[in-house]
Amino acid sequence: MTGAFFQSWFLPGVWITVQVTFLSAALAFVISFVIGLARTAPSRIVRILAGIYFEVFRSTSSLVFMFWIAFTVPMLFQIKFIGMAAGVIALGMTYGAYGSEIVRGALAAVPPAQREAGIALNFTRVQRLRRIEIPQAWPEMLPPFNNLLIELLKGTSLVSLIVVADMTFAGNLQRLVTGDSAPVYTLLLVVYFVLAFLLTRGMRLLERRAKAKLGQAPPKGGLFGGLRERGAIDAVTGTAGTAGTGGAK
Amino acid sequence: MNWDWSNVDAFMPRFWDGVLVTLQALAGGVVIAFALGLVWAIALRSTHRWVRWPVAAFTEFVRNTPLLVQLFFLFYVVPSWGPSMSPLVTGIVGLGLHYSTYTSEVYRAGIDGVPAGQWEAATALSLPKSRTWYAVILPQAVRRVVPALGNYVIVMLKESPQLAAIGALEMLGEARGFSNETFTFEAISVVGIAFIVIAYPASVLLRALERRLVR
Repeated sequence: MTGAFFQSWFLPGVWITVQVTFLSAALAFVISFVIGLARTAPSRIVRILAGIYFEVFRSTSSLVFMFWIAFTVPMLFQIKFIGMAAGVIALGMTYGAYGSEIVRGALAAVPPAQREAGIALNFTRVQRLRRIEIPQAWPEMLPPFNNLLIELLKGTSLVSLIVVADMTFAGNLQRLVTGDSAPVYTLLLVVYFVLAFLLTRGMRLLERRAKAKLGQAPPKGGLFGGLRERGAIDAVTGTAGTAGTGGAK
Repeated sequence: MNWDWSNVDAFMPRFWDGVLVTLQALAGGVVIAFALGLVWAIALRSTHRWVRWPVAAFTEFVRNTPLLVQLFFLFYVVPSWGPSMSPLVTGIVGLGLHYSTYTSEVYRAGIDGVPAGQWEAATALSLPKSRTWYAVILPQAVRRVVPALGNYVIVMLKESPQLAAIGALEMLGEARGFSNETFTFEAISVVGIAFIVIAYPASVLLRALERRLVR
């Protein structure tokens, strides 16, 4: 690996990966809340529509969907996506569906008496959500959101297949040019792992803050406690997780 | 809008070839993921830390790095010092290895859920360690986690198109090949719908199974 390769391909690739992760995480976050809240809406039609969104995107392969957005949509509707837009839209929409299950599950875990108290105080639904339910559900959402964020970071490697020059793309380029693949792919794996590690640190910090605000004990686990968290919701499968499996502990 | 159904018809023979390869990859990957995941889960409960630590580090690393890059690693790097495998076999190994680190967590949850009294009873009966595992602990642990394992089968199905990147001709690989050769675009939509048609009923089925098995 040469300095020129690092300067012109790998480091810009790392930056693209970070950008794609950040942008699609932002989109996924918004979609998680919109769909997650819609799935608990009083109106039945809204609930059903949001449920269809969740089921469709949970059943779709993110890579196939990305190809579809990147190649089929421009042909069908005569529009063009600039740069990484197709990848960000595809990742954001798929992971947003998984995120909606996190939002829905965490809201459902808030004790019903809290909601009833809000009703008794004549709060509107929006006030209840904003003042009572979301603040209490938020710390519960963060651990599964952390896992989902790492899945999303891993998912960003797929954009290299729709010709976005992220760091996986740079790695493939290096292989094609020099035929020497061992160092660059090893480096790629390490960089992805380090990014995942940094994201986990950041999310743990948020979780600590959120719990402190509610007067709860901070999360345990030191520097080597592992990157994933065991929550009530499995962000990878979009289902209730296995943490609650079984009776006696 | 210039959708042409005749292109869909023309793609169908290759589509079914792709379905077959996808199912092969999935079946192989699932077998490896389920078996290896159990190995990791048991190794992580070992009393020797020189077993526990390397396994923990390895599974943590594999779980938190992208399957796509791992596939490239297995396909382009490993043959320089190890076995050289066809795209499909590489894909099966990659998929199985990657998701074994997830299933090991599922097994762990199942094993943790077995009441401590079961372990104590096995000790009281002075059952050897191997017998304790396969006759007492695992039958109770695995039963609980069958639906969770099933969910990972669906996840693996949805991630299997990544095998196209190393040249395995599963559904997406066939669709890309067909589109590039004929300058059409309908094939990818067919594949996208196929995934929903397979994955959605499977997840509905699993939810029904979960209600029965886990109460």
